[in-house]
Order: sequence, then C-alpha cells, then structure tokens
Amino acid sequence: MTLFWILGALLIASAVFVIMQRKPVYSVVGLLAHFSVLAVFYLTLNAEFLAVIQIVIYSGAILILFVFVIALLSSSVSAFAVGPNRMPRAALPAGALAFVALALLVYGISRAPLVTAGAHAVPTSALGAVGSANVFGSVADFGRALFTTHLLPFEMTAFILMVSVIGVVALAGEAAPYVPSLRHARAVEREMREAILRGGEQ
Amino acid sequence: MNEAALPVAISNYVGLSAVVLFIGVAGVMLRRNPLIMLMSIELMWNAANLLFLAFAKAWLNNAGHVFAFIVITVAAAEAAIGLAIVVVVFRSAQNVDVDEVASLKG
Repeated sequence: MTLFWILGALLIASAVFVIMQRKPVYSVVGLLAHFSVLAVFYLTLNAEFLAVIQIVIYSGAILILFVFVIALLSSSVSAFAVGPNRMPRAALPAGALAFVALALLVYGISRAPLVTAGAHAVPTSALGAVGSANVFGSVADFGRALFTTHLLPFEMTAFILMVSVIGVVALAGEAAPYVPSLRHARAVEREMREAILRGGEQ
Repeated sequence: MNEAALPVAISNYVGLSAVVLFIGVAGVMLRRNPLIMLMSIELMWNAANLLFLAFAKAWLNNAGHVFAFIVITVAAAEAAIGLAIVVVVFRSAQNVDVDEVASLKG
C-alpha cells in the first residue's frame, strides 16, 4: 500500500525530470531511474520475468542506444540545448486543457467498476492448474503462455525486429552501399587477372 | 483470487498510468529536442505497459504479460528506427530543432 504511493511518486518525479532537462544526457539518467522504478513495480505485480526484461532491454539496450546517439550528435552539433518550450504562450492553456482531460479521465475511471470480483479470474495457460494464484506470473507460467497460447504474436515479434534492423541499416548505413553488379564483378576480375599476370612477369 | 490480490485498487494504477502518459504527451508537445521527444514516447509506452501488468494481476490472466512483452519489443524497434532517423536528419545539421526539419515532409 505505502509501497505503491512511494513508487508512484518516484515514477512521476522521474518522468517529470526526464522532460524538464535541458540536456538529453540528464534526461537519460532520469529515464534510467524511471525504468528501474517500473521494474520494481512489475515485481510487485508478480511479473518477475518482465521486471528483468525491463532492466535488460530498456536500461541495457535502449538507453545505451540513446547515449550513443547523443555522443554521436554532440560531437558535431554545438548547440544541443534549444529552448525548453516550443510554444511558451500556448503552454499554459495547453497544460490546463491536458489537466482537465486528465482529471476527467481519472474521475471517469474512479466511477467505473473496472473489476468485478473474481468474474474474470480465469487461468489462461494450457494446463489449467498453472493459472492458479500462487504461481501466477512466474517465469514458467509466462513462458508457457508465450510459447503455446500466444505463439503467433511471439513469432511476429521476430518479423518486427527483422524489419526494424533492415530499416535502420537502410536509413543510417553507408551513403553509397556496395551494390554487386555484373560489370563491377568483371572489373574486379580483370583487375585481379592483370595483377596476377604482372606478378608472373617479374 | 480477485482484486484483493492487488496492493491497492486498480483505479490507482490507472490514474498513475494516465499521469505518466500525460507527462509523456507534454514532453512530445512542448520539447523540440528530438531525443527528448523520443524519450517521452518511451515514457508513454511504459505507462501503457504498467497498466497491462496491473490488469493482468487483477484478472489473474497472463495475456497481459505477453502483450507487455510485445510492447517492449515494438518499443525497442521504434527506438532504433527513431534514433536512426534522428542521426540521418541531424548528422549534418548545426542545431537540433525539430521545428526546422522539413526534409521529411515529402
């Protein structure tokens, strides 16, 4: 109970820290704190595997990617820190509007019966007993759901990742990539043959 | 087992997630540094993920865990592509300001 409020306060504070920083490096630090707090949140929600994944993928992979890009761009870009506000005059009404929308959302949620007690407590894993409460969210439970019930979405993630890898290489790769063509291959072959002939003459 | 399995009522999780989501929205709308905009998008992904896991626990249904896993995958792909675009667009630019980028308009 108190853990929820402490973690929630940390979560919101680190999120605000992320968007208030002038330099992106500090935002990365805030994001690191945010992701770590979220991992603890996932642990309180019995999502052990996803807590570890959160640390490994987000803090380990994505944030490092951000840091690399910051390092890459900072070397050539002098003025990285542009003003914090895009629309200083519009910020106040926009913020007020967003706050009203948020208040309406929270109010509506607080009125709605989101969970009717026990009505949806259906175990989803293939072997019915595994869905019971004492092992819910364990790595075995998650793995069984991922590889049996939800196998197709899991396979689709492989496709998504492959597409993104191709996209990144196509976007940020070399400006003039090596394109194999018959003419190029013949030129290389001729060059090699001449080099061999020259070597033989000596 | 039902809602009582959660440490607090589910609406608290929804409220917290909404707050973090709106902080992310504010980051995207108010900042003009592309890197911080991408980080705000990450905040929004994670707000959604927290809610998936909270509802998974409330309903004892681990489909939410699988969905959160896929969201993490898509977020990683999005970050990689977004950062590649940032690198390509701003590699030769002198200042990093998304308001001044028109080359992606088509």
